[in-house]
Amino acid sequence: MRATTIEGAQGANPLVVALAAWLIPGAGHLWSGQRFKGLVFLVVLPAMFATGLALQGRLFPFELQQPLVALAAIADLGIGLPYFIAKGLGFGGGAVLAVTYEYGNTFVIVAGLLNLLVACDAWDVAAGRK
Amino acid sequence: MQTHLGLLVLFAAFVSVVFAVLMRDEPRTQLRFGATLFGAFIAGAVVAGWLMLPLPL
Repeated sequence: MRATTIEGAQGANPLVVALAAWLIPGAGHLWSGQRFKGLVFLVVLPAMFATGLALQGRLFPFELQQPLVALAAIADLGIGLPYFIAKGLGFGGGAVLAVTYEYGNTFVIVAGLLNLLVACDAWDVAAGRK
Repeated sequence: MQTHLGLLVLFAAFVSVVFAVLMRDEPRTQLRFGATLFGAFIAGAVVAGWLMLPLPL
């Protein structure tokens, strides 16, 4: 299985694989031949992000005057393409008064952070370190 | 489903699946690690909730 993985990633620039993994959750592992892992990430991470939005979570703006808000915005962006799709469709406004607002924020932020972790792992796999 | 416990279980499930698949390679060890992580999430939340029961003092 490991030999297949290394063959799958052969010739690919690890940085490009990591960028693909960030943009489309699971794409990096699919590219490296780890189909099961890639498919799980492709399904679970966008589902977690979408659940957060359905719970009235907010896609935070990049406000450098408020460092914690800026950090949350970076974490939100970690999910990649789903972030831009959600923004384009007008989701992520956040309903502060909704009882699930903070839960939604947690789901959205953690989905983004997990995808960044997955992208780092895809980098390692493509570089032959795993 | 929109109870604190329901959302906690859903969150634990999402995170456990991702970590199990990310950190283990074999299906059996993925299942075992994911189940352990999920159980730890739920047990940790129940214990933390129990400890906070007397609050505010």
